[in-house]
Amino acid sequence: MTTEPVHAGGTVALEGEQLDRLITALSERKFEVLGPKLHDGAIVYDRLSSLNDLPSGWSDEQSPGKYRIKRGKGDALFGYVVGPHSWKKFLYPPVQRMWQAERNGKGLHILPNHDSAPSKFAFFGVRPCELSALAIQDKIFLGGPYVDPGYKARRENLFLVAVNCTQPGGNCFCASMNTGPKAVAGFDLALTELSQDGHRSFLVEIGTAAGAAMLSGIPHRPATDADKQLAERVLAHAARHMGRKLDTRDLKDLLYRNYEHPQWDKVAERCLSCANCTLVCPTCFCTTVEDSTDITGNHAERWRRWDSCFTVDFSYIHGGSVRATPRSRYRQWMVHKLAAWLDQFGVSGCVGCGRCITWCPVGIDITAEASAIRQSDQAKAPAEQGRESE
Amino acid sequence: MASAIEQPEIAAAAAAADPMLPALYSIQRVRQETDDTFTLELVPEDSHSSFGFRPGQFNMVYIFGVGEVPISISSDPGSLPMLKHTTREVGTVTRAMRQLKRGDVVGIRGPYGSCWPVAKAVERDVVIVAGGIGLAPLRPALYRLMAEREKFRKIVLLYGTRTPEDILYRQELEHWRGKFDLEIQVTVDRAASNWRGNVGVVTTLIPRAPFDPSNTFALVCGPEVMMRFTVMELEKRGVATERIYLSAERNMKCGIGFCGHCQLGAVFVCKDGPVFALNQIAAILGKSEI
Repeated sequence: MTTEPVHAGGTVALEGEQLDRLITALSERKFEVLGPKLHDGAIVYDRLSSLNDLPSGWSDEQSPGKYRIKRGKGDALFGYVVGPHSWKKFLYPPVQRMWQAERNGKGLHILPNHDSAPSKFAFFGVRPCELSALAIQDKIFLGGPYVDPGYKARRENLFLVAVNCTQPGGNCFCASMNTGPKAVAGFDLALTELSQDGHRSFLVEIGTAAGAAMLSGIPHRPATDADKQLAERVLAHAARHMGRKLDTRDLKDLLYRNYEHPQWDKVAERCLSCANCTLVCPTCFCTTVEDSTDITGNHAERWRRWDSCFTVDFSYIHGGSVRATPRSRYRQWMVHKLAAWLDQFGVSGCVGCGRCITWCPVGIDITAEASAIRQSDQAKAPAEQGRESE
Repeated sequence: MASAIEQPEIAAAAAAADPMLPALYSIQRVRQETDDTFTLELVPEDSHSSFGFRPGQFNMVYIFGVGEVPISISSDPGSLPMLKHTTREVGTVTRAMRQLKRGDVVGIRGPYGSCWPVAKAVERDVVIVAGGIGLAPLRPALYRLMAEREKFRKIVLLYGTRTPEDILYRQELEHWRGKFDLEIQVTVDRAASNWRGNVGVVTTLIPRAPFDPSNTFALVCGPEVMMRFTVMELEKRGVATERIYLSAERNMKCGIGFCGHCQLGAVFVCKDGPVFALNQIAAILGKSEI
């Protein structure tokens, strides 16, 4: 056991119980540590004060439209996948006041929000697909000519502890989207939970100098080849056991050329337009604004809240909504996610986390919808289709 | 998304500060244009305002406690700091806007979006096709064209409205027609028997309009169905696809690419548009509910 300094790019091993000291170290450095916690029958993201807050020994069962927690086989700390929450709620709050205004006579006066010290978050237990989702939201809020100042402040202070997925869930397809089950970039520290002969340890990859600094003072040992091989083995196993698959070959053009595919009508018969998929999606970023005044009429506020392309109001312009039917709204969401996103941001809007499948009340499965369109690509000659299905 | 058209530079200061905070403008005048359209004439409260814009760009206009809407700028880029916004009374915000009086203060964020390719049209014919209030975002382009009239060849405005009473900026158009070499053809959907002009949709004017299709830039703004048929007629005349530009409209909550509301296929109308080269949106023009 040593507390020798470690460096970005290095890999060390922590014995199971030492991981608690990482949470302590983060708290001591004034981070608000957030991570998975059992709450109301689901694993959600909330404030952690120690390792005991993690849903140790719990697992989850996910299929289209279904989520149940259950006791896992062992006492793994990270034996579940993603629940209804995603990290975006911390960086990009669901409801946020943007500014206030006071009326004085005919004039008015705008009062910007003066944040006290911006939040300093440590996300503990970020899954590889979620790291990709974060990188996508960075492109949206920081990558263009305009920057969201609140997102920027919170993002700059962020400390990221990733956890690789050794037990993929029933709706997971990160392997198809190239976002998991192993984190390759974008973390300060990345953990792989290893369990052998009842002994638990964590392989810790150090992504940044900040990650290395956080480990100093926490007893660890050099990672052995055996540790690394075991981690590789469990992650390779996880990659082969994804609950779902999405064939991404030519997917953008496939969807663009099938705007009038009959599958959109079929899915619209089931889709409730409830917006659950967009709210649980870790990359969906749409918002609306609300303006209000107090009872005197002299004080106004402007709030921003998460919105969804599934609402009728979303596309309203004078004369009516552009996307008046559920068919067009589902199509907008899916074509945006899997196709237009590539044109807009150079990357797919889907990270394969499976939340939209799990939390859809009627169990619509984005991978099945894409596959149904691929099976009967309207723009292809029937002969060609026949050959492909042979 | 890579854009094929002139993109105005975004002032570093505007981008660096909180882009959701409006600047304050006071109303100098509310001018009734037609039965249901009016123009706000605005001047900045901040006498050091460095606001500048290009024809075709828009602002987000905030009415105290009521809301904020995107409205194209319809004034002369040469008469800053005065800004004019022509809009129709169609919703909660625009109705509240119509009630404003001289001296009332509104919030302005902008200018946002792409602009008409005026500079590219030098030494060429320019045909402007407008439907109804679609003339408002084209008026700054007309000001630019009139200010440097000698740089362009033929300039033709084809303008369709519902009735003769709905013709916007009538005096100004007549003044320009008298003073400069500007061909204006107006058509209306319906009119009383004393109307001696054209009756019919604006696309019927295109086949005989006096411009050289092989050397023409076309700037088009109006309802989507009107733009779709206008494009077909222009292409039929032989105007090159890459010289046809359209201004699109979608719901917008932010104007800067964050809210997601204005997506039109792969483009964001707020930042990739509102002015598009036809080839940017040709594939989805005419598809319903995109």
